[in-house]
Amino acid sequence: MADWIQQNLPNVYSLGWGGDFGWGIAIWQTIFMTVGSAIIGGLIGLLFGTGLVLTADDGITPNRPLFQILDKVVSVGRAIPFIIMVVAFSPLTQLIVGTTIGTTAALVPLSLGVFPFYARQVQVALLGVDAGKVEAARSFGATNWDIITDVYLREGRSELIRVSTVTLISLVGLTAMAGAIGAGGLGTTAIVTGYQRFQNDVMWLATILILLLIVLIQFIGDFFAKRAHHG
Amino acid sequence: MAVISLTDINVTFKQKNREIVAVQNESITIEKGDIYGIVGYSGAGKSTLVRTINLLQRPTSGSVLVNGTEMTSLKPAQLRDERKKIGMIFQHFNLMSELTVFGNVAQPLKHAKMSKADKAKKVNDLLDLVGLADRAGNYPAQLSGGQKQRVAIARALANDPEILISDEATSALDPKTTNQILALLKKLNQELGLTIVLITHEMQAVKEAANKVAVMENGVIIERGSLLEIFTNPQKQLTKDFINTATNRDEALEKVTELLEEQPLADDEELLQINYVGADTAQPLLSTIYADYGVTTNLLYSNMEILTKTPVGLAIAIFKGTASQRATAKASFADHGVQIQELHVGGQH
Repeated sequence: MADWIQQNLPNVYSLGWGGDFGWGIAIWQTIFMTVGSAIIGGLIGLLFGTGLVLTADDGITPNRPLFQILDKVVSVGRAIPFIIMVVAFSPLTQLIVGTTIGTTAALVPLSLGVFPFYARQVQVALLGVDAGKVEAARSFGATNWDIITDVYLREGRSELIRVSTVTLISLVGLTAMAGAIGAGGLGTTAIVTGYQRFQNDVMWLATILILLLIVLIQFIGDFFAKRAHHG
Repeated sequence: MAVISLTDINVTFKQKNREIVAVQNESITIEKGDIYGIVGYSGAGKSTLVRTINLLQRPTSGSVLVNGTEMTSLKPAQLRDERKKIGMIFQHFNLMSELTVFGNVAQPLKHAKMSKADKAKKVNDLLDLVGLADRAGNYPAQLSGGQKQRVAIARALANDPEILISDEATSALDPKTTNQILALLKKLNQELGLTIVLITHEMQAVKEAANKVAVMENGVIIERGSLLEIFTNPQKQLTKDFINTATNRDEALEKVTELLEEQPLADDEELLQINYVGADTAQPLLSTIYADYGVTTNLLYSNMEILTKTPVGLAIAIFKGTASQRATAKASFADHGVQIQELHVGGQH
């Protein structure tokens, strides 16, 4: 196997598994960036998305000014192209992480880039929860917190898993974009090592690995979304 | 004792640049143990009016007294406690799809100060009451419409409410299931002393269960009274329409019309509608008017309902005899408190 790779994919082989630019490191960096920004951006997005549903005119705690703020932040956030966001927010990244290069630094623009997208998805998923269920909960004396956790989040959980899967997949794409300007991971391997140094075998293998990661995420997401649904 | 009294309730919705009046200065008093039917077409404001009882709809103005508590002046936590005393069921059941039947019924008990075992016992007792003890582990999607509504009823009763609001609860069910659910509501009314507010657009449902009726149109109650009063002596056209649908009178009249087109009335015949209350008057009269007055009757349609234990009947018949014979016969009906009304079908006299 190793001999075959050495012969047919020499550049892939010479990158090796370990080492600063090895395949193992690249895979780990991509997973680290995806999961890290999914947690940070996901929590912020969940907060914003839930907030949008609760503070809307027909929500359980209507609050027009707050709704407008949340809505505008999400709209503007979604409108800024990610590649520009990485550059434009580099002073903020410098402030938080102390550097603008590397996987940890990439978590800042990745989280910022993904949360408005996720917030919208969460909003749509939660709006899909039948208003009648919310009304029933109010009729038997549920608190607002009960309604958030036991009606919106639990009844919407299957849809939330689905939109989370979609978001995770688009996050993998964003990590590759961040990789183009030095964040590390499979994106850097594909573009910097593969494309820019004319090592096509490296570029294609990195692409296939990204594809496999996406297929895996989709598979796991579908599995849990289906399991969480009883309707 | 009035359990619920709504006074001068107004509900207006603001939409962009116009105001929609859903309920206009309406009042209603509901006594303990009532099954109060509120009938009207959709958009009449009946749901909006009734939703002010548990403040799911806050009235624009007016007073909402439930067991002597002014609901509109309660703080949120107090309001939640009061809501627990008012169960509610809905047209589309509104069960939680991701909870089992057991979980759904247990949900209102989340903050109840009871041990886990007591809660489980309570839930199982409720499921027993609605006849679904064997479905505790199922999810709502695995149940029929009627079963879902039974679960919703058990859930509504979890906090031992004194009032149950039923918002078109039988409207999505077939006639047989509707009757089963209405029978269950009647049983709960009798056994638990539950006061029930029954919103519906089907007079049939009201007829089955209610003891009092209010008819709503355009945000106001146009007519109200005991079931018997409303059915035997309706004043407004809308009320009459609802009753005619419920007693199949309109359908019968259509068939009679078809029949008379084939065989027109003779000069010595007339078509009459007979309305009566109590079983011991009209039916014997129909059979004796030949002997007494020489009038023969041809009974085309007859229907009798038992409304709050009183038989209420309707018949459509052709009377045949000379003009004076028929007049005496009709007078004799009127003397016995039976209403007689001449029907004119397709230009016939």
